[in-house]
Amino acid sequence: MKGLSKDRLWSIAVLTPSIILIAVFVYGFIARSVYVSMTDWGNDPAQALAEHPIIRWVGLANYGELFTGFLQGRFRQELVSTIFFTVLFIAGCLILGLGLALILDRNPRGEGVWRTIFLFPMSLSFIVTGTIWRWMLQPQGGVNMAPTLVGGAPSTFPWLSSTDSVLKFDWNKLPLLTASVVAVVLIVVAVRAMQAGDRRRTVVAAVCAGVLLLWALFVGPNLKMLPAPEYHGFNLALIGIIIAAVWQMSGYTMALYLAGLRGIPEELREAAKVDGANDYGMYRHVIFPLLSPITLSAMIILGHISLKIFDLVYAMAGPDNLQTSVPALNMYLTSFRQNQFSLGAAIGTVLLILVAFIIVPYLASQFRTEEGHA
Amino acid sequence: MTATPAQTTPATLPRAGVKPGRVLMYALLVIAALFFLVPVYLLFVTALKSPDAINLATSWHWPSALNWASFADAWAKIGGNLGNSLFLAVAATILSALLGSVNGYALSKWKFRGANTLFALMLFGMFIPYQAVLIPLFQFIKALGLYGSIWGLILAHVVYGIPITTLIFRNFYADVPDALIEAATIDGAGFWSIYSKVIFPISVPGFVVVIIWQFTQVWNEFLFAATLTNTSSQPVTYALSQLSGGQAVSWNLPMAGAILAALPTLLVYIVLGRYFVRGLLAGSVKG
Repeated sequence: MKGLSKDRLWSIAVLTPSIILIAVFVYGFIARSVYVSMTDWGNDPAQALAEHPIIRWVGLANYGELFTGFLQGRFRQELVSTIFFTVLFIAGCLILGLGLALILDRNPRGEGVWRTIFLFPMSLSFIVTGTIWRWMLQPQGGVNMAPTLVGGAPSTFPWLSSTDSVLKFDWNKLPLLTASVVAVVLIVVAVRAMQAGDRRRTVVAAVCAGVLLLWALFVGPNLKMLPAPEYHGFNLALIGIIIAAVWQMSGYTMALYLAGLRGIPEELREAAKVDGANDYGMYRHVIFPLLSPITLSAMIILGHISLKIFDLVYAMAGPDNLQTSVPALNMYLTSFRQNQFSLGAAIGTVLLILVAFIIVPYLASQFRTEEGHA
Repeated sequence: MTATPAQTTPATLPRAGVKPGRVLMYALLVIAALFFLVPVYLLFVTALKSPDAINLATSWHWPSALNWASFADAWAKIGGNLGNSLFLAVAATILSALLGSVNGYALSKWKFRGANTLFALMLFGMFIPYQAVLIPLFQFIKALGLYGSIWGLILAHVVYGIPITTLIFRNFYADVPDALIEAATIDGAGFWSIYSKVIFPISVPGFVVVIIWQFTQVWNEFLFAATLTNTSSQPVTYALSQLSGGQAVSWNLPMAGAILAALPTLLVYIVLGRYFVRGLLAGSVKG
């Protein structure tokens, strides 16, 4: 018994350095960033790099500036861009990855070779990928010249420099839009809870949805975040970057799905066949439901990658391309080019909050089930 | 047995003949492979052209004369950075693999109360956007006097590598039967002798996965490279971004540079692909 406790002490002792390092480098630094984001460090250029800069506490002023300030329209566009980017990137990776995995699951000849081809971009750096695709997407070359190989006319789409954008909305309507979207989600939750017979959840969700809708109808329209309308949407210049990102990362979802497909016991497929299921029915009712946890995992991993992506954008479109910029890139430029540390820290914190929305519930659910078994 | 799309094919087709389903499958595979390989073709073609032969209109054409000098030129520009990256990736990988190994061992074989919660808190560090810690990290590295040196970068990579390396080793050691540990305890072995005599010798596959994963991650990383280093210590990702970002540069140079920068991780992937995929799958947190 004594030896056992000594061993346990050793295990804690072994973990201590890592715990301290993570405590400082992750949690300590996050706290420090949040603190910096609430100061005015760097807002006065003369003070930014001073030996002992005068730093004042300004509360949430930097966040206010980012979301409603006249000069920070770039950040707001980036926030919108990053949402569109994330949705399209995840959709692209999931669809392509699942398709490739389903094909490879049918045991084509040379399966290993195909797999190698689909997965190799994963081993590259986003900077390498970006360098290659920057050349591919030159306005008068690469992809745009591809139609001439089969005798067609060259395409003229300005991949990384397009200034067109679609699905535009007024930033002033953001509270209204957000409230409406959340309300709709809550209504869906309520309907589902009702079908499942969970009365309490039905009532809570329905009441919340009602309050949000009332707010959206009566208070939202009177709220003005900016003095003038400011339109943001999905910039078409991002399409090329999304394609490059899907090129790089879809092999990852393929590997995930393939591992999942290979993990489905053959008996299950046999049983489905015996029960008279055709291919379509088997996928619809047996295989896809079994793959849904993988889809969730992939969405979470891809989502957090895409929210913080910036090296690909940096390499493809350059740091100063307003059409393609994302918050993660802006944070780097704001902090380390313009030395506006507090504003940069605020952008970093916003990013962290976005990522935490995805990651924290995921980690919590993963470990709640595990702790229950332990 | 092979899955056949028999139900969807007309029954009149001869069984031994070419099945349309298989043809369609191979057609789709070829189209997908083109999407993944065409950029590689353009990369090589452009790298092998001489600067005056590079013309946007003929970007697809095979060069009339191969210009291997692009690689020598690119090497002259980023060779030093490749050296930096190699040193950085090797040092950071070894350190984080060792740290991850003992962490994973302690967390999976000597569980204490709250170990899982602690691990979840640790794992969060894997997912944070590094932009959220970048400014304090920069200040800290500067205060240590490591700004502009490769050691500051190594420190950052080792620390932020702890979650993933611990995760991979923890999952790897979870498959080692506890009975083995118990038997060794009865024989009088303690924490360290079990590690050195039982655990470490069977850890080779775990180390391979972690080493491949960390090497690739560290080699490919950009944000820390751009923030914590200066001209003398910049890794190849940063140098490459500067090479292709300039306006006056001819395109064969960044393309050759991209090939040089991609080769090490690509080789690792081609030679040890199985373990690379295992690392990928481990990253998706199957607790």
